[in-house]
Amino acid sequence: MSVNEEMQDLYRHTILDHARTPRNFGRLDNATHSAEGINPLCGDKLRLYLSVNANDQIINAGFEGSGCAISVASASLLTEVVTDLSVADADVCFAAVTGRLTQQTTVVAAPKNVDLEKLKALDGVRQHPSRIKCATLAWHALHAALEQSSTTATTE
Amino acid sequence: MSQPQLLPTTDISACRNDFPSLHQEINGHPLTYLDSAASAQQPGVVIEAVARYHREDHANVHRGVHTLSHRATELYEGARDKLCNFINAVSRAEIVLTSGTTESINLVAQSYCRPMLKPGDQVLITWLEHHSNIVPWQLVCEQTGAELIVAPINDQGDIELDQLRALMTDRVKMLGVGHVSNALGTINPLREIIASAKEFGIAVLVDGAQGVPHMTIDVQALGCDFYAFSGHKMFGPTGTGVLWGREALLEKMPPYKGGGDMILEVTFDKTVFNELPYKFEAGTPNIAGTIGFGAAVDYLQSVGMSNINAHEKSLHDYMASELVKIDGLRLIGTAKNQASVQSFALNDIHPHDLGTLLDHQGVAVRTGHHCAMPVMQRFGLPGTTRASLGLYNSTDDIDRLVVALEKARTVFA
Repeated sequence: MSVNEEMQDLYRHTILDHARTPRNFGRLDNATHSAEGINPLCGDKLRLYLSVNANDQIINAGFEGSGCAISVASASLLTEVVTDLSVADADVCFAAVTGRLTQQTTVVAAPKNVDLEKLKALDGVRQHPSRIKCATLAWHALHAALEQSSTTATTE
Repeated sequence: MSQPQLLPTTDISACRNDFPSLHQEINGHPLTYLDSAASAQQPGVVIEAVARYHREDHANVHRGVHTLSHRATELYEGARDKLCNFINAVSRAEIVLTSGTTESINLVAQSYCRPMLKPGDQVLITWLEHHSNIVPWQLVCEQTGAELIVAPINDQGDIELDQLRALMTDRVKMLGVGHVSNALGTINPLREIIASAKEFGIAVLVDGAQGVPHMTIDVQALGCDFYAFSGHKMFGPTGTGVLWGREALLEKMPPYKGGGDMILEVTFDKTVFNELPYKFEAGTPNIAGTIGFGAAVDYLQSVGMSNINAHEKSLHDYMASELVKIDGLRLIGTAKNQASVQSFALNDIHPHDLGTLLDHQGVAVRTGHHCAMPVMQRFGLPGTTRASLGLYNSTDDIDRLVVALEKARTVFA
């Protein structure tokens, strides 16, 4: 891969699009679950909000905070993916996405009803060890929120 | 103190050849190393001094009667003498060898301040400080009930001297101030600041981590009480550093760590501590690193600090003038007197994205908060991108930085 191609591989169109105009950006006033994600080494900081109904279904997701293009795009994509999912399926997505990005040997499959194709836009980070945590930050916050953890999620 | 000037200024461009690590390709581009403020590369003479010690002279210091121990001790203590001369200390007893600036500052906070501070006392620092000149003071304030107060800076990155002076009172027992800001490059007017502090009898520690690589240091002329610095910022190995302190103060301070080498006599009832500077150096020290540190001093002096200073100043002027030509680029830190460190922002591209895009093109810069989060908060930024120059850099490096920034801009256009 040429240097130009590598740059384009990391900063694919989907990433740049979601970084420039993040979806579901802002505080969710009716959130039932929330967790903060902090990457202490680089200072990326975001808060993820979920609104979960009585049937354990996520009916709304949002986030706020600041970070690099990778972390913002990843959070934006996350909110799109998990909306309408059950809590259990969302947590399987956490395992599937973080496992894929950190190239775990045991692959967790996505839930049958969930299409994670769009998240392949994040795959470029696998060649950049220092940036993998940018891509997984929001997903760790999701996991922490689903566990109703009161502590801050970090990628450490 | 006069520095030997063995090379004419024009020969400084040849120094690049002294640094083996600079001659490599990164991602298909020649390495453009612009991160010396985080850690400087090492010249071959430093690498070789460390290797030779391991190969031929290794043993523990201050302990054995055998030949190798004697050689190791001579080399290790020889480095202390070089460092003593390098900063114009009064005596070698004032040169405490540490693991770096951070340990040096912690030593002063715990050994000088902690026994002395009382509730109501204050420790004064500035908004420019990096975390290692903030957190040790916070800790000792929590331990003693003293208060940490902070002098502000202006939009250029200069300390507001009037406001700093206004904070100086009889309640302030210690001033911790950086020589050069690692994030913004500001060179602080130390003599003026120290003279003001002395009117109130305030002890002064200078964090010299970013000062020593760039200019001649004369601790006696500065008038401070403590000066802390690290080996790896001045072309030596990591894990080495110095705390210089006035002998009369060091003499009164209790030991910071306990162990071997810092004692004269140990019984289970009582320990008689060793003389200065060994009282503060418990355990087997970083012998190899310190020998390399000494070799780095030799190297800097052979090039000449005034040559280095002149070279870096002209390079920094060139870098600042080229950077501002880039559309959407904003310099962060434009102090009156600046070292060869330049922070900037490019449009709204996050520093980490910019750092990755530059790395793709072989350009190594620091991105983020530079371990100086309050400085970033002051400018309302999550972080900056920082290019910092060393004696081995040239205008070619800056030209490559500019080309790489233009390319990065197009990716995010």
